[in-house]
Amino acid sequence: MSKFPLWKYLIIIIAVVVGFIYTLPNFYGETPAVQISAGHSNAPLDNNTLATINTYLSQNQITPSGEIFDGKTLKLRFSDTDIQLRARDLISQKLGQDYIVALNLVPASPLWFAKLNAKPMFLGLDLRGGVHFLLEIDMDAAVKKTLDKYAGDIKRDMRSNKIRYGNIEVNSNSVVISFRDSDTANNAFTQLKQDLPGILLSRDSGNNINAVITPEEMQKIKEAAVKQNILILHNRVNELGVAEPIIQQQGADRIVVELPGLQDTARARDLLGRTATLEVRLVDDDQVDLNQAIAGNVPGGKELLSETGGRAGKILVNKDVELTGDSITDAQPGFDENGAPAVNIRLDSSGAGIFKQVTGDNVGHRMAMVLVDNGRSEVVTAPVIRTQIGGGQVQISGAMTVEEANDVALLLRSGSLAAPMRVIEERTVGPSLGKENISKGFHSVQWGFAAIAVFMVIYYMIFGAIAVVSLSVNLLLLIAVLSMLQASLTLPGIAAIALALGMAIDSNVLINERIREELRQGRKPHIAIEAGYEHAWATILDSNVTTLIAGLALLAFGSGPVKGFAVVHCLGILTSMFSAVMVSRGIVGFLYARRHLTKLHI
Amino acid sequence: MEFFRFKRDIPFMSYGRITTAISLVTFILAVFFLFSRGLNLSVEFTGGTVMEVAYTQSVDLGQIRGRLTEAGLGEQTTVQNYGTSNSVIIRLPNKGKANATESSRVFDLISGVGTGAQLKSVEFIGPEVGQDLVTNGLLAILFVCIGIMAYLAIRFEWRFAIAAILANMHDVVIILGFFAFFRWEFSLTVLAAVLAVLGYSVNESVVVFDRIRENFRTIRGGSVAEIINNAITMTMSRTIITHGCTEMMVLSMLFFGGPSLHNFALALTIGILFGIYSSVLVASPLVMWFGVSRENLVKVVRSKEEAVV
Repeated sequence: MSKFPLWKYLIIIIAVVVGFIYTLPNFYGETPAVQISAGHSNAPLDNNTLATINTYLSQNQITPSGEIFDGKTLKLRFSDTDIQLRARDLISQKLGQDYIVALNLVPASPLWFAKLNAKPMFLGLDLRGGVHFLLEIDMDAAVKKTLDKYAGDIKRDMRSNKIRYGNIEVNSNSVVISFRDSDTANNAFTQLKQDLPGILLSRDSGNNINAVITPEEMQKIKEAAVKQNILILHNRVNELGVAEPIIQQQGADRIVVELPGLQDTARARDLLGRTATLEVRLVDDDQVDLNQAIAGNVPGGKELLSETGGRAGKILVNKDVELTGDSITDAQPGFDENGAPAVNIRLDSSGAGIFKQVTGDNVGHRMAMVLVDNGRSEVVTAPVIRTQIGGGQVQISGAMTVEEANDVALLLRSGSLAAPMRVIEERTVGPSLGKENISKGFHSVQWGFAAIAVFMVIYYMIFGAIAVVSLSVNLLLLIAVLSMLQASLTLPGIAAIALALGMAIDSNVLINERIREELRQGRKPHIAIEAGYEHAWATILDSNVTTLIAGLALLAFGSGPVKGFAVVHCLGILTSMFSAVMVSRGIVGFLYARRHLTKLHI
Repeated sequence: MEFFRFKRDIPFMSYGRITTAISLVTFILAVFFLFSRGLNLSVEFTGGTVMEVAYTQSVDLGQIRGRLTEAGLGEQTTVQNYGTSNSVIIRLPNKGKANATESSRVFDLISGVGTGAQLKSVEFIGPEVGQDLVTNGLLAILFVCIGIMAYLAIRFEWRFAIAAILANMHDVVIILGFFAFFRWEFSLTVLAAVLAVLGYSVNESVVVFDRIRENFRTIRGGSVAEIINNAITMTMSRTIITHGCTEMMVLSMLFFGGPSLHNFALALTIGILFGIYSSVLVASPLVMWFGVSRENLVKVVRSKEEAVV
């Protein structure tokens, strides 16, 4: 038997030591923590913030049991959940709205593990409990929104240039503006081309101008819609105070949202899917028009809306939107001068400018604050404009409850979705079920492993024991790799660990059978070992590659539970090839290389 | 200790006709059940809502059904115990678009039936999702077949590639046949198991093929059938021990893994049993009938050596 080279021993030792370090955090369990991250880019999170928090906490007789700061999020560990809750309240009170302060569970392992980036395996929702949503974006609505914006821009431009236009029709991918004669149309065409270079305009043979969305632009709109919706979802999820949310695009028009630990699905579903935005429109107070509209004959360019809070009143408003929620920079719940719940809104500079102009032009008229929520428009309030309002501070109050005011403020603050979405998949796993799944998966692996170990030792004796040691190394490395990659471990993932171990033993069985066979043919022990490993290697390689092909296919085409299975399955094949061949060969070399053998215990 | 020590090679190839006949009959039966009874697809494929509700004591399923029927949700809804008599699993079909909110309503309806009701899990799958999953599942099977055939054709020879894929598709169809016959629920996790079996039992065929190739090199003289018989006999011990070990792990999942892993383990068990059978008694006779000979592998042997170095 040739000597097993030193460098191979070194590789094995390094792999085992590294594997051991990265596996260890899994055994420490978790401890309650408060997680702090910046709510927006100009809220600094650094050592000064940490010092502020620590001073404030110690004034209140709370000392964190540890702190982990990775530059982006700060996690403070506490000894129990009561202190954790108190600390959360204190910190969020101290830091205010600019920071997201959430409850979390962090590994209880010593802090130096965190410095090495050694974390426990990332548990999937089915193991730790939480909510999973798959949302589908209504792309037609996103395109429609762009076309509506085009129509609005065109109208405003025509009005400011005093060009008279007729009907404006919004189709599925174009806007058609009709004019009374071709001269006006030509005139308008030149003007629009100059003022609105971003819109692709064309003149048809009649008196119309078409604004079309090209396929490339359509693509851009869709991509932008997904991006914006993901951004908005991030804002809303942050408001929910979930510690480690996952928000990802899936396919062309779907978004996955995973909220570990969250239990209140109804509220989450409600907040994620809502498309609330605010519109400022002028009210038509003409009693004749209103009566006509109520009778079912709504005048052109007007819309009959009901009021929020179940009030029976109907209000006739202009279809033209003076200002949209896009101009809102902040919205906070509060109370108006009569003590009724209200939402205080701050506008950006251009929004403030428009608002000042609109209020200035319409003193004595009524102005409606229209809340568009999931495609339904309702008037929140319609106060009379008494004087021009500058400064960009607006308050809306109507028949709102405190809770409604909170939700409206949250939705306005987090921005409006580019297009409505609906839930097409939802999974909720309670925390108790998660724990059950972990223990069931763990027991499966444990008992299966024990049965294999006992059998192997009885059947192959010393070589069986060697196989069991290399199988343990396999398990160690697999868990270490999963912890390093932070790939989410699900129940099918645990099943894949079990299966990986059950299949990995094949390599050692192949080797051992081969050695026995060589011995039977009368070879000397050392030569039999050598030949056994050498002959078995080709077979091991072939069989693992074919299994890996199946694993990769699962990875490529699988989703959800299948993907969770596939990741672990593929990694398991790789670690098993290393441990079954290298590690067991290393042990055999270590035990037998320098000894004279007349008989092998196999 | 040693269980299997064969003095003489077992003449597997002479059983070829019988085993192929058995395979054919099982295969046709499986296909028949697949079409006549169909797979009991889980909610992941069909769309709908599945809820698991746990009570502190056992509950009366009839009462739950009654409340659901009263609320107009009785149609096509199934209510079953899950694991224990304290746990109930409710499956609601997909109706229109506003289904995502139905689970909260159902829970409110039935939480009063027993004590300490707790919503353990909810799964809602819209109708849009299921179709994608079926397509992806079929694509995955296709990809696995092509990938494995290509690999075996390069490493061995096309006859081996086709024999292995035929033998293993036969396993997959038989697993599906079992699921159709017993109306066991076919979920995504079971699909994962089926695909894992595909890789796993090819593995088995490869071990035998490897030995056949080696025998062609080392055994001078001897007919093709004798060489294959020898290869199977020599690997028999390994086959039984390996599959025995894998099966121990799978049984452990079957007994300790709870209801979520139950069908996964079942699929693997059937897959492993038929995997052994088909690699030994289906794939190898096929290779022989495709007319494999020593010359087919001479060239390949050289490339094998390179690959090992």
